[in-house]
Amino acid sequence: METVPKAPVVIAEKALHTLVCELQSAGYRVIGPTLRDQAIIYDEIDSVADLPQGWTDEQQPGSYRVAKRPDMALFGYTVGPHSWKKFLHPPRLRLWQASRTGNEVSFSHDETPSQKYAFLGVRSCELHAIAIQDQVFLQAGHEDVGYRQRRDDSFIIALNCSEAGGTCFCASMKTGPQATNSFDLALTELLSEDRHEFLVEIGSQAGADLMHGIASREASAGDLETAEKLLAQTAANMGRHLDTQGLKERLQENPEHRRWDEVAARCLSCSNCTLVCPTCFCTSVEDTADLAGDTAERWRRWDSCFNGEFSYIHGGSVRSSTKSRYRQWLTHKLAHWVDQFGSSGCVGCGRCISWCPTGIDITEEAAAIGSAASPPEDAS
Amino acid sequence: MNTPLDPMMPRFLPLQRRIRETADVLSLVAEPLEGEEMPTFLPGQFNMLYAFGVGEVPISISGDPQERGHLVHTIRDVGAVSHALLQLKRNEPLGIRGPFGKPWPLDQARGADILLIAGGIGLAPLRPVIYHLLAQRESYGRIALLYGARNPADLLYHKELERWRRVPDFQVRVTVDHAGREWLGDVGVVTRLLPKIRLDPADTVVMLCGPEIMIRFSTLALLDMGMSTKQLYVSMERNMKCAIGSCGHCQFGPHFICKDGPVFRYDRVEALLKQDEI
Repeated sequence: METVPKAPVVIAEKALHTLVCELQSAGYRVIGPTLRDQAIIYDEIDSVADLPQGWTDEQQPGSYRVAKRPDMALFGYTVGPHSWKKFLHPPRLRLWQASRTGNEVSFSHDETPSQKYAFLGVRSCELHAIAIQDQVFLQAGHEDVGYRQRRDDSFIIALNCSEAGGTCFCASMKTGPQATNSFDLALTELLSEDRHEFLVEIGSQAGADLMHGIASREASAGDLETAEKLLAQTAANMGRHLDTQGLKERLQENPEHRRWDEVAARCLSCSNCTLVCPTCFCTSVEDTADLAGDTAERWRRWDSCFNGEFSYIHGGSVRSSTKSRYRQWLTHKLAHWVDQFGSSGCVGCGRCISWCPTGIDITEEAAAIGSAASPPEDAS
Repeated sequence: MNTPLDPMMPRFLPLQRRIRETADVLSLVAEPLEGEEMPTFLPGQFNMLYAFGVGEVPISISGDPQERGHLVHTIRDVGAVSHALLQLKRNEPLGIRGPFGKPWPLDQARGADILLIAGGIGLAPLRPVIYHLLAQRESYGRIALLYGARNPADLLYHKELERWRRVPDFQVRVTVDHAGREWLGDVGVVTRLLPKIRLDPADTVVMLCGPEIMIRFSTLALLDMGMSTKQLYVSMERNMKCAIGSCGHCQFGPHFICKDGPVFRYDRVEALLKQDEI
């Protein structure tokens, strides 16, 4: 997205409602955080009333709870089990349909029009996660046409985090808490006893165009200072920390560290971490046919390196032990990813920590295996 | 049919011929549609082959890269998809995506001695190399093939092996693990044939394809002969779904076998091959 030099403005809480309406009339399905089944998830919202106003979340390893806040913040929580990949890289997607008559095969194209999504409340770590998946799906020569379409059609309203969660470590990964680019608009919620407003930064022409229809005032030096303070406070309150200095090399050099056995004893190989991770991209392909065998479909669905069949080749799974699967996941995420795509695959969102049923903490494991001070190998 | 825009969509080519190689291995020969050219490929590359409605598997191209009228794959009947592929009859549509992957280093190897070491069905991805070497014989030094299989009945390309044996300046040695009295050739692992091959270890490029255990012992023996890890190339195999580096299945350490391989210079994968379950 091009940078549009336009001064930040301030809008009232009410104006956010207008903003959502404007997006809807422009043909966007607006997706935002909403409360369902005791968690804040991302789903289509009709209006600002669907946002989990006055709710927060409490996150720790293996624990996620929503709770009431003392105030009426609209975005007073961090990230839940969903990420935007659910929309940009859908869990199940039909790639094609074909039918066969004799020896002739013909493809039929899906006529369903592409959905235009407006994402409301995209955190800085999530903007980075989207940029990381772009690297995977928009590789030169092998561009995923559908992904490209969904990305080009999406409108992104980022959100600067006013609070850090118990499992957050974006400050360590240098992916937050401030949204710095790749958004159309970026909000900072300015909330105190006597005000409920949003500072709005404009990141694209589309963002600027949308703001034409919204009542706003120019942001004052005081507004900017308040937002800056909030972000500094968030950065200082990260629930977790990960030292990335030399981490890639140490992980790649220690495939036989005894910690892999220790973490494998706790890991259920359930794949929760890969499903909640906003960057995990692995998929499987399913080819199906009708009973007569005349029509066939190809589906792509999320897969996980924790599944046994993921590495299956004739004769068995290459990674049959939980140790090897956890090692693959962590080493890929924090080390091999750098070789493959030029950045870490981790954005420090903390989802894998909160949603691990046994509370395995990626920062703790990475530190144990990847820190200079740890013993390299079991001496026995 | 034109190449589809979507890299996940196969094109379909009619099956022209099935060649039985062993009890459970067939070569499928596809031909281009009328008025169309077969896509070019480089020795070592593979295609994703699709059996309509059943599934898709990665299979190395085993034919002659110069022969533009046919596309040949040699397939062992090991799973549901390979089984379905091998049931295809003449003129039935064979789904193909590709070619994918990095080829054998034939350009870099010009002028050097070439040693090919194949185990079992691992000869299939090396056969295009043999065609190339024989077609451009003057561009290379001494050339040799060491081929091992479990028993004589598992040897691929019988007639061609016989023909290659008779080619002057092409050292062909075949060995099997087990054999009956009728087998007059070598018995034992391929590494035992190494001393019988004439080549200059300092100026040889080795290309290996076969079971990982064969690769492990062969590379050890080659390094013992004074070769460096940078002279050796291996072809790797892993589960593969997309072949374009986005499904994640074929990862081998930092590498995607589908696009960074399947052929790797040995020094790039040596440490990984020594680890279990990578």
